[in-house]
Amino acid sequence: MLTNFEKGVHPMNRSMFRAIAGAAVVASAALATACGGGQPAGEQKAAAPVAGAPVQINGAGATFPYPLYSKWFDEYHKKNAQVQINYQSIGSGGGIRQITNETVFFGATDGPMTEEQLKAAPGAILHLPTVLGADVPVYNLPGINAELKFTGPLLADIFLGKIKKWNDPAIAKVNAGATLPATDITVVHRSDGSGTTYIWADFLSKVSPEWKDKVGVNTSLNWPAGVGGKGNEGVAGLVSQTPGSIGYVELIYALQNKIAFGAVQNANGEFVKASTESVTAAAAAAAANMPADFRVSITNAAGPGAYPISSFTWLLLYEDAKDKAQSKAMVDFVKWALTDGQAFAAQLGYAPLPADVVKQEMAALERVKTQ
Amino acid sequence: MRKDLGFRLGTGVFGLFLILIVAAIGFELTRQSMLSIQKFGLAFWTNATWDPVAGEFGALPFIWGTLYSSVLALLIATPIAIGIAVFITELCPQVLRQPLVFLTELLAAIPSIVYGLWGIFVLVPIVRALQVALPDALRGLPLFSGPPLGVGMLSATLILAVMVVPFTSSVAREVLKSVPVAQREAAYALGATRFEAISAALFYARTGIVGAVMLGFGRALGETMAVTMVIGNNPQVSASLFAPQYTMAAVLANEFTEAADELYLHALIEIGLVLFIITLIVNSLSRVLIWSMSRSAKAVPSTAVQPVAAEA
Repeated sequence: MLTNFEKGVHPMNRSMFRAIAGAAVVASAALATACGGGQPAGEQKAAAPVAGAPVQINGAGATFPYPLYSKWFDEYHKKNAQVQINYQSIGSGGGIRQITNETVFFGATDGPMTEEQLKAAPGAILHLPTVLGADVPVYNLPGINAELKFTGPLLADIFLGKIKKWNDPAIAKVNAGATLPATDITVVHRSDGSGTTYIWADFLSKVSPEWKDKVGVNTSLNWPAGVGGKGNEGVAGLVSQTPGSIGYVELIYALQNKIAFGAVQNANGEFVKASTESVTAAAAAAAANMPADFRVSITNAAGPGAYPISSFTWLLLYEDAKDKAQSKAMVDFVKWALTDGQAFAAQLGYAPLPADVVKQEMAALERVKTQ
Repeated sequence: MRKDLGFRLGTGVFGLFLILIVAAIGFELTRQSMLSIQKFGLAFWTNATWDPVAGEFGALPFIWGTLYSSVLALLIATPIAIGIAVFITELCPQVLRQPLVFLTELLAAIPSIVYGLWGIFVLVPIVRALQVALPDALRGLPLFSGPPLGVGMLSATLILAVMVVPFTSSVAREVLKSVPVAQREAAYALGATRFEAISAALFYARTGIVGAVMLGFGRALGETMAVTMVIGNNPQVSASLFAPQYTMAAVLANEFTEAADELYLHALIEIGLVLFIITLIVNSLSRVLIWSMSRSAKAVPSTAVQPVAAEA
């Protein structure tokens, strides 16, 4: 180096360039191996779809069922060592985007895909309900220990900002016996886009024409009132700290954190408290009129004991995917998840699917091409 | 000079990378927000409605919330940060100096989610108590209107101020340290008091201090998690410190994952573009400010210190 330097300009330059060029070559080679590392494995899979050959499947989507899905994938891998399913909980929107772009093999969502989204996908996508979730109203009213009851229109009016005080006659009417204070109501909602918000808004839209008209249904809304907290924990945190507040969280979150919540009136006129049983009952009530593509909203269900703010969460699969080995493995997995796997659902606080729905899905799985 | 050609080219390429990266970010943000740009045009900047259901998107509440919270945070943080820097470099007993430096730098190392949690559980209840205790006469003012929620602009501003202080004070401290001792000695020699001598040092270091403040501003503009957790996330344009509001970074963090609709996604990316443009403008303005200040300083080099010191 030193001699080169003493000799003059060009050797130094050349060695510098060589060093830089060398670094570039090494970098690009590393990149090539990094990218290529996965690909040959994928090609092998496609070329030799032999039973027992290792299959790796990637999926992405909803965060709500993530604890259950990761448990499922883990348990299933223990039973079938050759099948490895990876799941990224990036949100329902991300799941729909990624399966549409075919960057993942399957998606997962808390709200069914719209017609428009289905049209945008390169192939027919099958919706497969896996478990059920529910939203519950949580509130903070110092001095009130009795469990409050809510009707759908009452919740809609509170979240529209029309009912402003806790001692409003509309609240007092369904809560005879509770001495309600003249406190202002503070509405707390999710600030992040969420399937939880989707289910909540879906229910309010069904019971309140004004909600449907003014606000509508989506994972994020143009909220007429209140403050936003990020995630279930954000909403629960704000509610627990703000006297006079009301919000909504996932049933599982409320159960796990032992948060008290109110009962909601269903379409039969019963006041039902959310539980895994009452949520499954809502799905059972909907099973009779299940559409062939399973894209169904079960909020405001009418069956006896049915909790009205419930919803399915779905897996999304292409009916005719390019990689048949992955399709085969996925169909086998879903069959397992719908039967043996449902036991894990109840353990983790998710409401299991009713038997009728499982039967309908087993039939629908035949549509997925595995050859 | 030609000896260094290879070296210059090599480093030049890396420098060029920086420009390319910034250009690529701008290009990509524009490309991916095309639907929204075409549909809303410039009205995107002035429309106050954000309705993902109806597909109507305007960025005004987010722009307002970002700038309002950042400017307020800067107003609180700057005097504190400069005070800290002055104390550490000029007045602090030797024993205290290292612990203080360490502690301010520790503040910068705390993850923002921790600030956010602290905000929710400690700051927000305090702010709410403050709001409840506010005399009724003040409540009528637009600055203090609204119910006492705790979450809102004031909480976000305070938390931002705490987060900005270590950045501004660290840089300001370094800048003050680099002021030649001769400057202070000259001031003392002219009979300046300690306050006047420090003022002279601050005046000498003013371009660097403006840079430090701008660094804090940049930090405040882009801060996401802590702000999201305490600002209340309600897209509205309000002057009230108590009102829940929203920032650009917060809406991106909140809504990006679940945005399945194309136009919605493009509108969110356009928010990113707006934030990018505003950050560019702010940084350019601070460059211009520093440049004009250092130019005027160069124009009268020998008198730079004297105006302050001469008053003594």
